[in-house]
Amino acid sequence: MTATEYKAGTNLEKIFSEGKFAVTGECGPPKSADGGVIAGKADMLKGYVDAVNITDNQTAVVRIASLPSAVTVQQHGLEAIMQMTCRDRNRLAMQADLLGAHTLGVHNVLCLTGDHMSFGNHPEAKGVHDLDAINLIQMLKDMRDEKKFQCGDEMDVAPKFYIGCAENPFGDPFEFRSIRLKKKILAGADFMQTQCIFNVPKFKKWMEEVRAEGLHQEIKIMAGLTPLKGVGGARYMKNFVPGMDVPDDIVERMAGVEKGPASHAEGKKLAVEMIKELAEVEGVAGVHIMAVEWEEAVPEIVEAAGLMPRPTVA
Amino acid sequence: MADADVKTPVAEGGEAAPEAAEEAPKKPVDPDFEPEIIVFACHYCAYAAADLAGSMRLQYPSNIRMIKLPCTGKLEVIHLLKAIEAGADGVYAAGCLEGECHYLKGNLWARKRVNHVKDLLAEVGIEPERVEMYNMSSAMGAKFAEVATEFTERIKALGPNPVKRAGVDAHAAAREALGGAAMPDDPATSAATSEEGHAE
Amino acid sequence: MITAERKPLDEILALVGDKKKVLVAGCDTCVAICLTGGEKEAEILASELRIKAEQDGREAEIEHTAAIRQCEWEYLDMIADKVKDADIVVSMACGIGIQSMAEKFSPQLVVPAVNTNMLGMPQEHAVWLERCGACGDCVIGETAGICPVVRCSKSLMNGPCGGSHDGLCEVKTPEKEDLDCAWHLIWERLKEQGREDLMIKNRPPKKWNLSSSGGPRKMVREEAKPV
Repeated sequence: MTATEYKAGTNLEKIFSEGKFAVTGECGPPKSADGGVIAGKADMLKGYVDAVNITDNQTAVVRIASLPSAVTVQQHGLEAIMQMTCRDRNRLAMQADLLGAHTLGVHNVLCLTGDHMSFGNHPEAKGVHDLDAINLIQMLKDMRDEKKFQCGDEMDVAPKFYIGCAENPFGDPFEFRSIRLKKKILAGADFMQTQCIFNVPKFKKWMEEVRAEGLHQEIKIMAGLTPLKGVGGARYMKNFVPGMDVPDDIVERMAGVEKGPASHAEGKKLAVEMIKELAEVEGVAGVHIMAVEWEEAVPEIVEAAGLMPRPTVA
Repeated sequence: MADADVKTPVAEGGEAAPEAAEEAPKKPVDPDFEPEIIVFACHYCAYAAADLAGSMRLQYPSNIRMIKLPCTGKLEVIHLLKAIEAGADGVYAAGCLEGECHYLKGNLWARKRVNHVKDLLAEVGIEPERVEMYNMSSAMGAKFAEVATEFTERIKALGPNPVKRAGVDAHAAAREALGGAAMPDDPATSAATSEEGHAE
Repeated sequence: MITAERKPLDEILALVGDKKKVLVAGCDTCVAICLTGGEKEAEILASELRIKAEQDGREAEIEHTAAIRQCEWEYLDMIADKVKDADIVVSMACGIGIQSMAEKFSPQLVVPAVNTNMLGMPQEHAVWLERCGACGDCVIGETAGICPVVRCSKSLMNGPCGGSHDGLCEVKTPEKEDLDCAWHLIWERLKEQGREDLMIKNRPPKKWNLSSSGGPRKMVREEAKPV
């Protein structure tokens, strides 16, 4: 395959196109002007993941914006997946940022609706929601493939994007979840990362529906997971994080070990077991590890899961 | 008690509670203060209970002046507010026991409206304890006297209504606000609707 | 119908300031039906303001009145004398009524005593639910009669998002009560109607220029204009 056939030619796209199992990580920019934090996280993950998601004001809390953070990460030799939510910008701002992302060499973009303002630190903010995630995916595709702005105007130089989306197999109505993935594929998504998986049986059931529709052949599916540091985090996610499905046996397993190094070790062990199990599921093309504020656990997990060394692509 | 949630310092022997005096230093409490209290009494229960209290020769303060209603459900927010605005030191509604309203839920509506008036009074800086809702049956003469005594003591402890104006008759104003909703007094109970007539 | 909620008294007092002749003006249409700003409520607010003024030892003449509809000038004519006689009008009408009053009697000082909050449906006595955002481009013909613009917290055109759980939205009301996920309702009703295909189709970005985002709107019915 020659480079010209790639949609964007990113490391992530190439790994998928070569049929290799991809590993991505996640990096949340800091709630201050300290860009060094991003660089530090990039250094920690470099070589262990193929690309790293840069969150966009995650949980509606103000942080360094995703585009400059993505650029910082790439300057440190790690490919970025710039997240973009529909909460904070209208279609003008989004297209402008997308053109900017291309010019700065950021070509992986993950399209999200975004957590609601009421969860974050500026609950009085006006939610934009000019587009939704599906409109956003379509907009990227139109810019890339049709050289068109949302209004229909043509541009001279089209940006190149490898278009990502997210899906929550544990959201309701369950029967609609695979249909929603199909809608995102129709809109133009190239890869998809799932919400954190804890309920593996339910995820497998969802994948059955995905395979029945043949969707796994139309989009690269990455299974998302979050290593648990202890039972507290498990309980918190079970009870307070929207769209999370944490089964009792996971909570009990984490409750069975002492908080601290023992629970950290157990959390990593659980993550490794889950990666191995998820990698076996037909249609799963990669794993997305969201070690929120525990990035240092990622290298050990990736290594123990037998995913090292990471492939190099031309 | 129907108003178990309201804890008010109650003075003894007509003397104001020291707490009330501290809370309102600009209006020192007159030990001879005799509050003017308007009672919106339901014809089916409290009004008859007052009659019974009279025939049982039970003593209760002469501060209360009644206005008879066919049901406390007739009482609206503005009626209570007008009584306070006209200078009544305290106002309460006395309706049937909950579940015993002749019109099914009139007394429950009245309680909600009284509670709303408490909120409005708090907004304008008047003690919400100046309005209350009580429930009793027509057979509860003793309860009628007990409520009248307790509420009068509560108001004595609070001191005069800060918006009291000379020359304004709160009872007449409340009656006027009610318009046709108020019923004429029974001759037998008229004692409790005038300034004098029964012993304290 | 248009619904409104009364402002906190302190805010109203700050707007009134030291004005002496105050007219509290209710409106006996929408805000009366939602029990916020009709004649009854105007009388209550006037009484509160008098009690407050009396307590503060401030001389004031505070009266109340009500127009059948403050948003129509011919009804405002009926209270014109009282309005002109006042130093300030405290209007309890919706934002439309307040502005009609301010415009008709300009430069008379007219201030709001309520916050107009929604186009609401009465769910039960004394409970209203937001049902329409007046977006200017109704989509409910394709969404089973359920408005995703105001009933979905994120105004999604292609919902539900991943935060839908057990039929509930991830967002709570300001009172921390559960909200139905509008798109879950849409999905269920479309299934009942045998129109699930409407959910599978991707809906394009909404034309927000037809809403207030496009600037203040104007509607003219030429055929009905007086000749």
